[in-house]
Amino acid sequence: MSRPTTSAVTRIVKCRNLNVQFRTDNGLLSAVSDLSFSLNAGECLGVVGESGSGKSQTFLGMLGLLADNGTVSGSVTFRDQELLHAPRKILDSLRGNKLSMIFQDSLSALTPTMRIGDQLSEVLVRHKSMSKKEARAKVLEVLEIFGIPDVAQRYRSYPFEMSGGMRQRVMIALATLCRPEVLIADEPTTALDVTVQAQILRLLDGLKRHTRTSIVLITHDLAIVAGLCDRIMIMYAGRAIEFGTVRQIFEHPQHPYTRGLVSSVPNLNSDPEVDLPTVPGQPPSLENLPAGCAFAPRCAQVMERCTSVQPMLRAIKSSDESGYYACHLGDDN
Amino acid sequence: MIRFTLRRLGIAVPTLFIIVTASFFLMHTAPGGPFDAEANLEPEIRENLIAAYDLDKPVTTQYWLYLNSIARGDFGPSLVYADFTTTELIAFGLPVSVKLGATAMLVAVLLGGFFGIVAALKKNQLLDHLIMGLAMTGIAVPGFVVAPVLSLVFGLYLNLLPIAGWNDGALANMVLPVTALALPQIAIIARLMRGGMLEVLGSPFVRTARAKGLSESQVVIRHVLKSAVIPLIGYLGPAVAGIMTGSLIIEMIFNLPGVGQYFVQGALNRDYPLVMGIVIIYASAIILLNLLADLAYGVLDPRVRKSFQ
Repeated sequence: MSRPTTSAVTRIVKCRNLNVQFRTDNGLLSAVSDLSFSLNAGECLGVVGESGSGKSQTFLGMLGLLADNGTVSGSVTFRDQELLHAPRKILDSLRGNKLSMIFQDSLSALTPTMRIGDQLSEVLVRHKSMSKKEARAKVLEVLEIFGIPDVAQRYRSYPFEMSGGMRQRVMIALATLCRPEVLIADEPTTALDVTVQAQILRLLDGLKRHTRTSIVLITHDLAIVAGLCDRIMIMYAGRAIEFGTVRQIFEHPQHPYTRGLVSSVPNLNSDPEVDLPTVPGQPPSLENLPAGCAFAPRCAQVMERCTSVQPMLRAIKSSDESGYYACHLGDDN
Repeated sequence: MIRFTLRRLGIAVPTLFIIVTASFFLMHTAPGGPFDAEANLEPEIRENLIAAYDLDKPVTTQYWLYLNSIARGDFGPSLVYADFTTTELIAFGLPVSVKLGATAMLVAVLLGGFFGIVAALKKNQLLDHLIMGLAMTGIAVPGFVVAPVLSLVFGLYLNLLPIAGWNDGALANMVLPVTALALPQIAIIARLMRGGMLEVLGSPFVRTARAKGLSESQVVIRHVLKSAVIPLIGYLGPAVAGIMTGSLIIEMIFNLPGVGQYFVQGALNRDYPLVMGIVIIYASAIILLNLLADLAYGVLDPRVRKSFQ
């Protein structure tokens, strides 16, 4: 696994102090709080967290795709172009072209009343100024590469006429038609059976190897991340609580939550008679987040200061890996 | 799709039969008869009339005779409009009602659809509140208020348009009744269209369309509209049937020779064949337009189309 050194890499996406909030009947909900990270050219970043940890909303907010009641603040740049609150024209020229997203549920994420082929080719017509005919030829070619059988017939199919695995491949084809520089894959394998999951992951791995696409893989499944990603960001209740390389996260997890997650991944050496460890409790409701560390109520090593003071991200000491985590356990006194 | 249509038309026959039967017996159970209004009728003449139209026979016999006659395509004579057959009266009235209703519906679909789309795209903004406020007013104010006011303002005060009358469907004569008929329909359609749009605009595939870099108008035209008009179709089927077979109030106020007038006059006078004839026309229109609505679902949604097979 390649691990680019910090000096040689281009930071293609820079996210600084991103906040995503939603106006609801119960007041303002913070889905993402004060999140900063960067995405390097050509790397695969895994974003891991439970549902509601803000991992999807981070990237939807970045692309201006939040629901009506959502707002963003902070700064996200793509190649020095500010994305937050950018004019729709600028966003339109980037979305689907340089910045693409693969959505979770391919059945609801594809327009039910439109043929698959038309949904794909309109991207090329939009961004590559192709004629409909040229776009069709290109789409047929790409679908073939993605292992779709009977492409000419499938071009005329509607989403509901395809299997889940095939639809997800169509989604990936859709997101990669214009050879984006950044591909955000939001739980691309959820609701697929394991063999299809493996095919989809192989597809993403191929993309990473053969193009220089930077991939963000959003998932709640650490095992998927391990095979595909270079770096991992662990999110909890809207904040990043740990960053690190895959090896760092799996071999020296720092945050108690990360440790809990890593130890709950089964491996071939696990004793089948022993129950897998779990992280007890539930993630907090975004409506009333604890004052201090959001993980404190579930943490076995909770201290007094955890319940009142928000821990800041700090660099990992005493390790040759680079990484950051947010926990009071590393405080000096 | 063809088999689906044929099957539905096949079901229409027993449906019509049930409607005819129920209406026939209901009409004949209602007290009074067709010649009660003519106070100075000699008893002998009245009896002769009753016998001539078989009204002295048992109701079941009359029912049997009526079924026989409609099976031959004969809707019978009008009992009150002497010298006219039911078919002739409907042939006078229906074209007027259809022309009026179809024009009003066309106007309503275009304007209501447009306003609904605009309101949805400007959700919770001033324009949305303005359109929806007007729509509420349009639904709340009844036709028998709107129509005389229109007549009064544009016909009497401004002297721009004829206050009433048909004049063989001249454009100037159509403006006010079409407006009066269309206004509440515009309001209802705008509300349905807005609702349909909002529901679809929040769905994941619209987010995908935006993530492709399409402009908002491309998103709406290609990805939203087809799904957003679906709730409207279910309303339009029966609404078109209703409006085209005559609106009594509008036809009365503007003194238009439509089928709605005959229907009410016929019901009040116990003109059995006339009422039955109009009921059959109305029921057939409802059945046909509901079928058209279902076929339209199929055209709009490939999943429904598949279920036809």
